[in-house]
Amino acid sequence: MSQEFQEWMDKKHDYAREWKNRTGGKVIGYLCTYVPVEIFYAAGILPVRIFGGHKASSLVEPHIYSSMFCPFCRDCLAQGLEGKYDYLDGITLAQSCLHIRQTFWSWEKHVPVDYSYNLYMPHSSQSEGRYEYLRGELMRFKKSLENWIGREITNEDLDRGIEICNINRRLMRQVYDFRKKDDPPMTGLEALEMILASQVIDKREHSQAVEEWIKELPKRKLDRETGTRLMIIGSEDDDREFFEMVEQHLSLPATMVIEEHCTGSRDFWNEVIPQEDRLMAIAARYLDRPSCPSKDWPERRRFAHIAKLVKEFNVEGTILMQQKFCDPHELDMPALRDFFEKELDIPTYFLEFDITVPAGQFSVRVEAFLETMVDFI
Amino acid sequence: MGEQKVHPTEPLKCWNKAKELRLKYYNDYVEAKDRGGLRWSGSAWAFHALPSGLGNDVYSMTGEPYGATTAFFKDFSRQCLETAEKAGIARDLCSYLRNYWGGIIMDQFILPDGTIVKWPVADFLLSSHVCCSHSKWYQRAGELEGNVPTRAIDVSVGPYPNIEDREGAVKYITEQMNDSIEWMKEVTGRDYNDELLIEAINNECRSFSVWAEICTYNENIPAPLDEKTMFSLYVFTTLNPQRKEIADFYEELRDEVKDRAERGIAAAANERYRVITDSQPPWAGLELFRYLEKEYGVVSVGSWYTFGLTGAWDEKADGTFVPLKTLEEQGLKLSTREEALKAYADFRLRNWGWRFFQSLDERLRITNQLINQWKVDALISHLNKGCEGTSIGQLEARLDLLARNVPVMTYEGNMGDERDFDLGSTIIRIDSFLDSLGLKKSTIK
Repeated sequence: MSQEFQEWMDKKHDYAREWKNRTGGKVIGYLCTYVPVEIFYAAGILPVRIFGGHKASSLVEPHIYSSMFCPFCRDCLAQGLEGKYDYLDGITLAQSCLHIRQTFWSWEKHVPVDYSYNLYMPHSSQSEGRYEYLRGELMRFKKSLENWIGREITNEDLDRGIEICNINRRLMRQVYDFRKKDDPPMTGLEALEMILASQVIDKREHSQAVEEWIKELPKRKLDRETGTRLMIIGSEDDDREFFEMVEQHLSLPATMVIEEHCTGSRDFWNEVIPQEDRLMAIAARYLDRPSCPSKDWPERRRFAHIAKLVKEFNVEGTILMQQKFCDPHELDMPALRDFFEKELDIPTYFLEFDITVPAGQFSVRVEAFLETMVDFI
Repeated sequence: MGEQKVHPTEPLKCWNKAKELRLKYYNDYVEAKDRGGLRWSGSAWAFHALPSGLGNDVYSMTGEPYGATTAFFKDFSRQCLETAEKAGIARDLCSYLRNYWGGIIMDQFILPDGTIVKWPVADFLLSSHVCCSHSKWYQRAGELEGNVPTRAIDVSVGPYPNIEDREGAVKYITEQMNDSIEWMKEVTGRDYNDELLIEAINNECRSFSVWAEICTYNENIPAPLDEKTMFSLYVFTTLNPQRKEIADFYEELRDEVKDRAERGIAAAANERYRVITDSQPPWAGLELFRYLEKEYGVVSVGSWYTFGLTGAWDEKADGTFVPLKTLEEQGLKLSTREEALKAYADFRLRNWGWRFFQSLDERLRITNQLINQWKVDALISHLNKGCEGTSIGQLEARLDLLARNVPVMTYEGNMGDERDFDLGSTIIRIDSFLDSLGLKKSTIK
């Protein structure tokens, strides 16, 4: 079953094109997990998260300053400029970091799409007045979509969109419960592929696949040793090659049992709690979700969530995965490291990621890290 | 192009006063506790007037100008930056922030005259937030200084006033302002005086508006001010614009600059080619501006950064930029906190810098208008590794201007980390760029 998630991710563009032909619907690309995808589902639109291709491209050089903007934002734009997402009818951003905003701006200018929208998501998940402000922004976003698709998005539509997303999140949380076991019946790579697939295909189809997988998992036994239980924390991380390397190609066993990043648990951890005002319910969900560090201020609430994950998933070691030049995560990194080492007493290892992963060097470094945690005597 | 002409020049009469005011600002902050006063630190874009309601003995130190001051002292800056890096702070983060955090960790603070004293710990930290770094800067600074209370106001409501819901945006800001006031009362234990707040708001808006007016005189040929000089003058809008002495200073400066423009007094005697820039400069390499002037008669007459980082601008129907009227000129008599905060939010949200960070269209539109209105020949663009906020959209702006046949030169550097800036190679690029435009070195020195 996990093979299906991998194939969806590998053939995401084919999937989207086929979905369009099959349903006659529109497909919108989105650049950040703060985009309220419930509203797309309510509108009958397929939202697909834009990912990079993990290949360097010189096409972005005239548009994004490569000496300071993160690899992910450059890689995503490269995919757009190369025409890989030529099936998109539109593109959306929810305000988060400056780097991905640059991608959106350049995409809007240079990659033809019929529709584009920049949602002014509050920059703080703690600011006074944020719920009402975001609700207002969501109302405008909804109206913009209605104008584009030529029909009203009703409360019933929103209920349907919320349910599609909530069901999917709930099911993935159930899968995650299996990762808490002493010997999880899935690898971190498989879990990652499940989540990535949820961001690029119709969540209804994805939910069906996850449900089937949940039925298999109680009996599933992997032919591998769990080894050191690792957590990976960082910004965007769809580096499947890295996960595979850590879990399958090192001489010491290790399993990624949980992650805290925006291509992982942060994306689906909390549900929309229904209320009469559907847009307010959606606003609350996005403001109350585990925060991206860019929005986690003035108080640090993210760390308490991380501590909870460490405890629930019995984490033994943490890889601090830093996308090069990613400011929000760089800003948290010193305090995060202190937090792990002084308060949680969990060893950490810092790795800097770029568009391509230096598997050879990283394997040596991660193995050395694992060695520090293994009792050889 | 650019006939070689000699324009009359005069030194700026306000110059020494500006230097004194700047030194006083930092000394006030350092000495605040000795006087029983309060210290707060935060972003240069903070709502400076808000803490004023706590009393007349409240002194600020804004982070970005301090980072720039530090950068000017290369050896000290290097120590701060290396200290920060040893503490695990990434080298590509905002260089102002690294200078600041490094100073805290070293427990050293540098004054504009080069004197180094112990780091003056703030009573509270209050910022605004529009880039990825602002609030996180002070979040960590508060921890490093020993759990100093921290707050920030999210101003990312889009390119105000060119947004759909101005009322909703102002409401969001004023709610945060009100919340911040209650928080300041709590963390300082002081009462809050709305009259002091209103006075400070009026002064701040006056400072920003008059600075914009000063910038309009640079539409003159020759420009009465050059951008390097303007860096030392605009800075008060980022330090303590809420003080009457600053707003009064700007009026004094305005009168002098207006007089210079009317009499044709030039910043550079040999002005023959006008450029603008589009970011903070490399503070450790400001001699590059003098090189342009002295060797080529190329004068940077300003930028969105110098004019609009804090300068308050309005637009006529035909797109011409004019200074935004002060609240008093707009006929607003502020008598309650609510009225004052609403007017203040509306005024401050029109900030160009905040628009640039949130809208490429605004960046392109404003840049093109600057070129037309200030009669600019070319853009010299500092690809500033020290600041994502000012860098976002720079390369798209370059493409836009090239498509309009406006020459653009780029050079890499860093506003606050001189290790990332090479003056020599930048000068070679300048020589090549100007040569490509047919501009030979000036015979007038």
